[in-house]
Amino acid sequence: MATASSISTHTVSAEHRVRSGFGRWVVLGILLVFLAGTLFPFFLAAVNAIKTPSDYAANGPLALPRSFDLTALKNFWATVDFPRKLFNSVLISGCTAILAVVLSLLNAYAIGIGRVRGGQGVLVLLLISIMAPQEALVYPLYYMSKQVGLFDSMLSVILIIGVLHTAFGTYLLSSVLATFPREIIEAAQIDNASRWQILWMVIVPVLRPTLAVLATFFFIWTWNEFLIPLVFLVSNNNQTISVAMGVLTGANTQDPTAIAAASLLGITPTIIFFLIFQRTLTRGVAVGAVK
Amino acid sequence: MDKSKSAGRAGYYLYMIPGVLGFVLIVLVPLIANFAISFTTWKGGVIPPRYVGFENYQRLLHDAAFWGSIQHTLLFIISMTIVPIILGLVLAAVLFDYISAQFSQTWSSFFRAGFYLPQILPLTAAGVLWAWILNPIGIINAVLKAIGLDFMAKNWLGDATYALWAVSAVIVWVQVGYCLVVFMSGLARVDPSLYEAAELDNASWFARFRAITIPMLMPEIFVVALTTLIAALKVFAPIYVLTSGGPDNATTVPSYLSYYHFFTTNRVGYAAAIATLQTVMTIILGIVFLRMQSKQAEGGH
Repeated sequence: MATASSISTHTVSAEHRVRSGFGRWVVLGILLVFLAGTLFPFFLAAVNAIKTPSDYAANGPLALPRSFDLTALKNFWATVDFPRKLFNSVLISGCTAILAVVLSLLNAYAIGIGRVRGGQGVLVLLLISIMAPQEALVYPLYYMSKQVGLFDSMLSVILIIGVLHTAFGTYLLSSVLATFPREIIEAAQIDNASRWQILWMVIVPVLRPTLAVLATFFFIWTWNEFLIPLVFLVSNNNQTISVAMGVLTGANTQDPTAIAAASLLGITPTIIFFLIFQRTLTRGVAVGAVK
Repeated sequence: MDKSKSAGRAGYYLYMIPGVLGFVLIVLVPLIANFAISFTTWKGGVIPPRYVGFENYQRLLHDAAFWGSIQHTLLFIISMTIVPIILGLVLAAVLFDYISAQFSQTWSSFFRAGFYLPQILPLTAAGVLWAWILNPIGIINAVLKAIGLDFMAKNWLGDATYALWAVSAVIVWVQVGYCLVVFMSGLARVDPSLYEAAELDNASWFARFRAITIPMLMPEIFVVALTTLIAALKVFAPIYVLTSGGPDNATTVPSYLSYYHFFTTNRVGYAAAIATLQTVMTIILGIVFLRMQSKQAEGGH
């Protein structure tokens, strides 16, 4: 109902506002130029990835392709074993997102609903996870993971990044749960529901949309994570897309169509993800930022 | 009753065990270990670390690469925090207050999505793309040649004079979308009648921007400033991919420098000292900022 009324006031007000004729097209034009500039690198990657090297050499990077050649894409796909990297990225990001959401939820349940003593202190301590640069953790973690035999395993990356993201999730969910209606929980307590049952059967269903947004963000953040996977995933078979792209350096010497193909493939999964979750991503980031 | 309630409350602690255990093992212990290592000299191998006191820190004070990295960080604060916030504010205000009203909500959402896209790409993939655009025989130089400005063609990433600016430009490209999206959602809670009243009073777009948009967005500006500031102090992937800190350390940052000493020169103690100083700087800055924010919030109420 609230949304309906706000929409109606909005349309009424829009009619009152003057629509100036020419000036608005100028503003729109300027914005479109800016947007074209922002998206130009994507266009370049797409256009040059499908050219033959000779077409590129003859007509330069800005010309539209006169040839259609998937060799560069196929080569990159095969030489870096792209499907494997894709699988690793999905596996690591998915598991990390689930781990981080579950840990955040458990923390937030104790802090937001349980109001445990020291809960605020824990929140302050967790700030360290957000602020400390990963470089200040990476060497001891590297050493520890070698001691326990987790070095060069995807599990080590999942555990580390999952715990790091938990700090943000705990903040967000604690403040959401602090305003959770007490009556609902008390009603469940009267029905003799245990704490564990209340968490999973009362709170999680209500919180599902927030948890989904949080998981989406953890997924994409983990996907883009670089330092930790770079250090911990040394063997080719364990690497993520982000690392595979990062170690392409020296690519400058390669054939330009190959570089275009590599960057096109490197950004494509994210663009597909973006098209699917565009609304969640562009709105949800703000939910997280302001809470 | 009271007793059972407090006993009941204690049971909630069980739920924090996994999270706190994870924090201790993966954040707290390594952080303390890193601090301890910074007082030793260690090659990272089987020969145990040897205590050297403040030697690493004393060396740091005379390391030109380290001081350079601090200066570069200050520049990246501008390109990661200040410039994107200003651009984000202007864009958000134009989209919210002008494009939505003059055209439609759809247009404004379309622009928002387009400007946001660079923000969610893997920085390494974006880096490969930009390294190709900026290289000596890359796109930028090809464009300059095509329009007859040959003399402006430069080795953007390979020349110490331009490398820092080129990297900064890429960072701005990445960051604007984040600021824009947060600011636009902040504007969604501003009462549109405020803008209409101002418009009826013949307030110019800029006057509305200054008198309504910026004050209403203060909480968002604070959050964005804090998060991007912390991110600016941690910049790593763009440097790794675009320049590897070069040429001649012209673009190196503390993160890259410590990574380099940890894993390339194996001067683990020295690298740990850099990482420790970086942590201290970040935490001090974070605390100062949060203090300012809570003071401002108190003043507002």
